[in-house]
Amino acid sequence: MPRKSLFLLAVTFATPLAAQQATVPPSTVEQAGGLTGSVSDESEWQDLGIAIPGFATDRDVATPAGQSTALGRQLGEVITADLRNNGLFKPTGPGSLPGIAYTDVTAPQFGVWSGRGADMLVHGYVRAGGNGQLTVGCYLYDVALGQELARQGYVVAPSEWRRAAHKCADMVYSRLSGENPFFDSKIAYIAETGPKNRRVKRLAIMDSDGANHRFITNGQATALTPRYSPDYKSLLYLSYVQGNPRIYVYDIGSGQQRLVTQSRNPTFAPRWSPDGRSILYSMAVGGNTDVYRVSASGGESRRLTSDPGIDVGGSYSPDGSKIVFESDRSGGQQCYVMDADGSNQRRISFAGGRCATPEWSPRGDQIAFTNASNFKIAVMSPSGGSVRVLTDGWQDEAPTWSPNGRIIQFFRTERGSGKAGLWQVDLTGRNLRRLQTPVDASDPAWGPVLP
Amino acid sequence: MIRPNAPVTALLLSIALVACSKKPPKELPPAPEGTGQEVIDNGGADSGAAVPGSQADFVASVASDTIYFDTDRYNVDAADGATLQSQAQWLARYPGKRVTIEGHADERGTRDYNLALGERRANAARTYLIGLGVGAELIQTVSFGKERPVALGSDESSWARNRRAVTVTVQ
Repeated sequence: MPRKSLFLLAVTFATPLAAQQATVPPSTVEQAGGLTGSVSDESEWQDLGIAIPGFATDRDVATPAGQSTALGRQLGEVITADLRNNGLFKPTGPGSLPGIAYTDVTAPQFGVWSGRGADMLVHGYVRAGGNGQLTVGCYLYDVALGQELARQGYVVAPSEWRRAAHKCADMVYSRLSGENPFFDSKIAYIAETGPKNRRVKRLAIMDSDGANHRFITNGQATALTPRYSPDYKSLLYLSYVQGNPRIYVYDIGSGQQRLVTQSRNPTFAPRWSPDGRSILYSMAVGGNTDVYRVSASGGESRRLTSDPGIDVGGSYSPDGSKIVFESDRSGGQQCYVMDADGSNQRRISFAGGRCATPEWSPRGDQIAFTNASNFKIAVMSPSGGSVRVLTDGWQDEAPTWSPNGRIIQFFRTERGSGKAGLWQVDLTGRNLRRLQTPVDASDPAWGPVLP
Repeated sequence: MIRPNAPVTALLLSIALVACSKKPPKELPPAPEGTGQEVIDNGGADSGAAVPGSQADFVASVASDTIYFDTDRYNVDAADGATLQSQAQWLARYPGKRVTIEGHADERGTRDYNLALGERRANAARTYLIGLGVGAELIQTVSFGKERPVALGSDESSWARNRRAVTVTVQ
């Protein structure tokens, strides 16, 4: 199934405000002390009140995604959930706000919203086009200033209306935080059911907010450790379908899959390069595990590590020049960095405790890892310094970064029952929450922002 | 690495163990399929029969189908060597009999590392069996990492039981 594209649209009908677009700084944020990229600032602006009434429509018509009036309300609800669930703002959604008229979208009644204590205001509209597409407009206003801060428009297929909401939430988030967007993205993970000694593990995918959930495999063969390709067209994952654990490249469009490498040896811990052209995998030969690289289109593999210890995993720096991986060559699990060709291998973790499952931030400034001595999620600088522990579960494992490098997902396992769930935490460690999944869940892998 | 003395000690131990084991009874129930976890009850007077060369016979005849490891370790110690010696002796009675060694880890490890560790443990047992004369071509390995625990608790004794390599005959 080819993915339908979502077009960014230049919003044109709001002419009176066009000249002011993006020229007015968000005063409330500025007063909070400036957003320099330091994580310590988040508490200052996470109290920002944002009012998000249902989106207006020019006329109530039926669309494949429902009546356009109802759809406008749902758009507001999705945006509200995005902004609320990450603990970054204090949004108020359509459920507790009055509706707006179509003409209010470009001329908000600021007095009404300031009376409700809103600092920021999101307005929008949804229109059903003659070509079967939906057009969604998204506007962000500063209530105190009475001015527009940002606007975007999107043309989407009705089946992809949620993406317009995510794009709008991304616009609001980016404009107010100064960070890159991340809501319009997807997550691959492993859905778990059954008793602890016979867990059924299925490959599953969902949007970043849990919507559009889909099981990919039926659970007959144990599936583990999926990774979305950067273009979301395929998934790498481990399957026991042929008895031995091996990595497959699964094509989402066709449902076909192939082995990552033609070898009878077990392969595991698959990873994509940032450009999607290369795949890292770990392979055990005669009991000794090393890290290999192969082109995403197949062909000969290149062995990158060759010592007698367990070398496993691997995560590229955003520019693709370096790889951080895990090795027990010095005794216990520790994190190492090498150049992308396998040269210049050196240990970076010396902070105490075992360093496992390192993942390079998409921003390049941090490496997340599992402390495999106490099973907490932590981050450190790419040189191994400035270690900060972010979680405190009984067993937290396998961090994966949001596309903008501000949030980390991981899975948490309960002592005793072994039941696992997906959690996420921001870089302050304060905003921790569990993600809702239909059944138990593990091995999350967050993909990039959709184009 | 196999210490030169280990097989000798193992041999002596296994002789004692083999001497204690039951002789195959006359009545022969069907051999169980699948893994060696489904051990039949050999306690009754007329039960516990096993087809010679079957998985049930293997489990009933050897000291154990399982050897155990310390945390993050994969070395075969003297007790493990005795167990593997008894397995090698049984296999010697059935030329061409194939086995799969399943390597496992406890839950207190990260998933990928545990897959590698299980592979290491299964291969340590395999190498030891080869050293005792079992044909390399007859022994396959598979790692289950922490995916298939036998002890379900989250405590040291459960974890100790889960750090294991299990020999399963291919029927």
